[in-house]
Amino acid sequence: MTALRILFLFAFGIALFIAPMGQGNYIIYVLCSWLIFSISAMGLNLTLGYAGQISLAQAAFMGIGAYITALLTMAGVHWIFAVFCSISASFVIGLALGYPALRVQHHFLAFVTLAFNTLVFLVLRNEDWLTGGSLGLVGIPRPEFGPFNTMMQLPFYYFVVVCFLITAAAMAWMLHSPWGRAFKALRENPIRANSLGLNTTRMTLLAFAIGSAMGGLAGALQAPLVQFIEPGSFTLILSLKILLMVIVGGSGYFFGPILGAGLVVLLPEMLRFTDGYYLIIYALLVLVVMIFSPQGLIGLGQKLLASFKPQEERGDLKQGAQL
Amino acid sequence: MAELLQILVSGLSAGAIYALAAVGFTLLWQASQTINFAQGEFVMLPAFFVLAGMTIFGLPLWAAILTAMVLSLLILGAMFKKLIVEPMLPHGTLPLVIATIALGLLMKESVKEFYSAQGQPFPTLFPQHVLDFFGASISVQDICNLIVAFAAIISLQLFLGRTRTGRAMQATAQDPRVAEILGVDVKRMVMYTFLINGALAAIASILISPVYLAKFSNGETLGMIAFIAAIVGGFNQIKGALVGGLLIGVIDNVAAVYISAEYRAAIPLILLIVIIMVRPQGIMGTSEGRTV
Amino acid sequence: MKRTYLAGVSLTALLMAGGAVAETVKIANISELSGPGAAAGTVWAHGVELAVDEINEHGGILGMPVEMKEYDSQTDPQVSRALVQKAIDEGAFALLGTVYSSSTVVNMLVAQMNGIPQFTASEAPSITSKGNPYIFRTNWGAQKGMPKIGSYLKDQLGVSKVAIAWANTEFGKGGHDSFVSIVEDMGLDVVADIPSEQGQADFSADVLKIKNSDAEAVFIYLTQEEAARFLMEATKQGLDIPKIGDSVLTSEKVIDLAGAAANGAKGHVALTIAADEPRVQEFADKFSERFGYSPDYNAMKGYIGAYTIKYGTEMVGEVNSQKLADVVHGLCLDADEYPGVLIDMCWDDTGEVSRESYMVEVVDGREQVSEVLPAN
Repeated sequence: MTALRILFLFAFGIALFIAPMGQGNYIIYVLCSWLIFSISAMGLNLTLGYAGQISLAQAAFMGIGAYITALLTMAGVHWIFAVFCSISASFVIGLALGYPALRVQHHFLAFVTLAFNTLVFLVLRNEDWLTGGSLGLVGIPRPEFGPFNTMMQLPFYYFVVVCFLITAAAMAWMLHSPWGRAFKALRENPIRANSLGLNTTRMTLLAFAIGSAMGGLAGALQAPLVQFIEPGSFTLILSLKILLMVIVGGSGYFFGPILGAGLVVLLPEMLRFTDGYYLIIYALLVLVVMIFSPQGLIGLGQKLLASFKPQEERGDLKQGAQL
Repeated sequence: MAELLQILVSGLSAGAIYALAAVGFTLLWQASQTINFAQGEFVMLPAFFVLAGMTIFGLPLWAAILTAMVLSLLILGAMFKKLIVEPMLPHGTLPLVIATIALGLLMKESVKEFYSAQGQPFPTLFPQHVLDFFGASISVQDICNLIVAFAAIISLQLFLGRTRTGRAMQATAQDPRVAEILGVDVKRMVMYTFLINGALAAIASILISPVYLAKFSNGETLGMIAFIAAIVGGFNQIKGALVGGLLIGVIDNVAAVYISAEYRAAIPLILLIVIIMVRPQGIMGTSEGRTV
Repeated sequence: MKRTYLAGVSLTALLMAGGAVAETVKIANISELSGPGAAAGTVWAHGVELAVDEINEHGGILGMPVEMKEYDSQTDPQVSRALVQKAIDEGAFALLGTVYSSSTVVNMLVAQMNGIPQFTASEAPSITSKGNPYIFRTNWGAQKGMPKIGSYLKDQLGVSKVAIAWANTEFGKGGHDSFVSIVEDMGLDVVADIPSEQGQADFSADVLKIKNSDAEAVFIYLTQEEAARFLMEATKQGLDIPKIGDSVLTSEKVIDLAGAAANGAKGHVALTIAADEPRVQEFADKFSERFGYSPDYNAMKGYIGAYTIKYGTEMVGEVNSQKLADVVHGLCLDADEYPGVLIDMCWDDTGEVSRESYMVEVVDGREQVSEVLPAN
């Protein structure tokens, strides 16, 4: 880790801490939303950027996490226990869903998860004895930790920041462990990784399940933030939005999804002055980014940086050789 | 009995149109190995070209349809390929998937902003006369839709199988590098594929809109159904898309009548998952040799 | 030269700053300008816009111009909640919106927490049943219309078996539940109960089930495009029983979309431009002239909502959120004296509205009032 990187991390932490000061409730809400989607997008990044599989069910896992947390906390269970249930349930469902899909190669995880997301929506909507149906669940409590009550917007923000930092640290640790290195091997050359004795299917499955569990965690935070959930908030469109966050930010980069989530959550806000046209402009921006920098914004930044300091690159070490 | 017949007849006429959208999906998959998430919007848009031609420029219906066809070839075919797919193809499928999502959003929002947020009635090409078919009602329009959809898909199949250009296109789809070595103009063949997709989308749009009405958000449901139909039928076979489309049309109706209206949307999805588990290449598809 | 220019700028800035502090009345409209609810939300927003511009032309509220801000909820309840918070942060003293009930049930909690009155287009029964003292409807909730429809089915049509086709969304669910419980209490049999998906295109199975259910009438509670598709399919399959709905079924848009298939459809409506009221006709003309299409019930609701804020505030005599909420509870506005409400209306102490209503029928592609029903 370079000194520059440590400095950057430090600045980022400080920025997170002072960002909401003196801001209205709305801005704090948007910041919370950004951090929660960052967690979800980081989870998808594990599946997509490191294990190379497209999952289109991240919103469904957020939904599963949100509903479990909502139902449990509304029944009087503490959030800490509820979030544990949300994460484990998402992990187990991820395993069960990914196992059969990953036996067949190609884009089949994408297809299965796409179907799964809509199925989850249908169950959440139709089983109204449990989920409140299309009317949703209203009045989800925010957690209390002894004297620290997160009912107000600012304390809730710091609570989300803590969850975010813990998740990010766990993720960083995971990626630097031997296991995480195996991941990189998998992404860069699956056939070689396989021939070196890595069980690629099991690794991919684990990546997908952990990514899904992070979706569950994001959901468990979103339910108390909004204090209302309904099935329509967890449809395929949201999954596509999270996918967008990862790719536009830069998949396979640690900070890519965080940047992407910021863009997707804040951009409509910044483009508000364009009235009804902001979605059009937004779509155009995404197209332009994808056409000119398929590695996303972080990739673009690195390219720009690299163009300032010329480097010798050995052609025989190039990654992602086509086989 | 009349009930079952009605379900079958209605399902087939809806399914024929799903098939048209699904074929385009399959074609693009073969040509560029990408999932076109804007396919639903591709079917939504040409109807608005027709409407704009008629209401803004005062064209008669046939001229508006002709203009819409040309615009679809240009925009949904050539421009889509030149401006979006071509520059992105070397970077793998993921950025392209995202680009098609953005493109779908762009098309949807543009129609909403520049034409209308509300559904629009759409002129029908065929008489709406209803026939009694052993107790089931079927309109002349449904029959014509079926015939046009079948004709379009069968002639496409013949074109691909029987003509030189068609075979060159198939070779390109299977392995562009080998095709290139064999002297096929790969770029042109890929372009043909995109043009055909544009034309099919326009046909589907003009057939579907009198019944389903023209609305900016129509692509959402349609794209999803086309997608399921393409996978269920077999992603690498044109006739797979036809079978998949018809099957989804019928199954949707059967599910709504006999199983559960609340879960009708779930049945095709469950079918999709089962097909992927049991027969990943689809009902009509052939297994692809590539593993990575 | 430069100096005079600067002086001019600072003078304007000063005037603007002064104006912003003391002399405008800030309100906000949060509605569905994009997403699946865009059609309804845009029409509502146009109704609001028309009213606000008229109010400003005629001297504003208490002599102060109205400053209205528009927010797009993207038809997402979470975004709508955040935007209500934002509107309040930015100083709105009264709110308009949202149209979709799924959004309103959430964002009205924020308005309640801040003590800001909110005038909504939503008709879901639950909205006024939660004891929120700051929520006001602009039209009565679905549960108030159902008894009138039930007695029409039972007494006027002499029906004992009825089918219902409804949209399986928060909009349709609320209406469906109250319809079923009310007609069952009246002794009617619901023989076919058919939900449909949002954006559903193929209604053949829905119509077929109703046709084979020996229902004697069908109640149609769908959104505009879906209602039109249903009517077209019903005509195709020859479904010959009376088709009853609410404001949506007989609206201009459905008639436009379904064409001849809409003929014979009956609706129990609260707000319709077919009403034989010169004020309503005048509103319809102004609206069509400005926006290039004819208004529907959502446009009327938006217009009425904005005017209610004006009338209520002027009764109070000052710009005060709490006092506005207090005065509208139990308020009755006579349209002769307060033309902006279009038709006489009253609010009870839950924010629910009552006003007379109409039974209409589509005849030759036009909505015609067949009966005026008293307020309940």
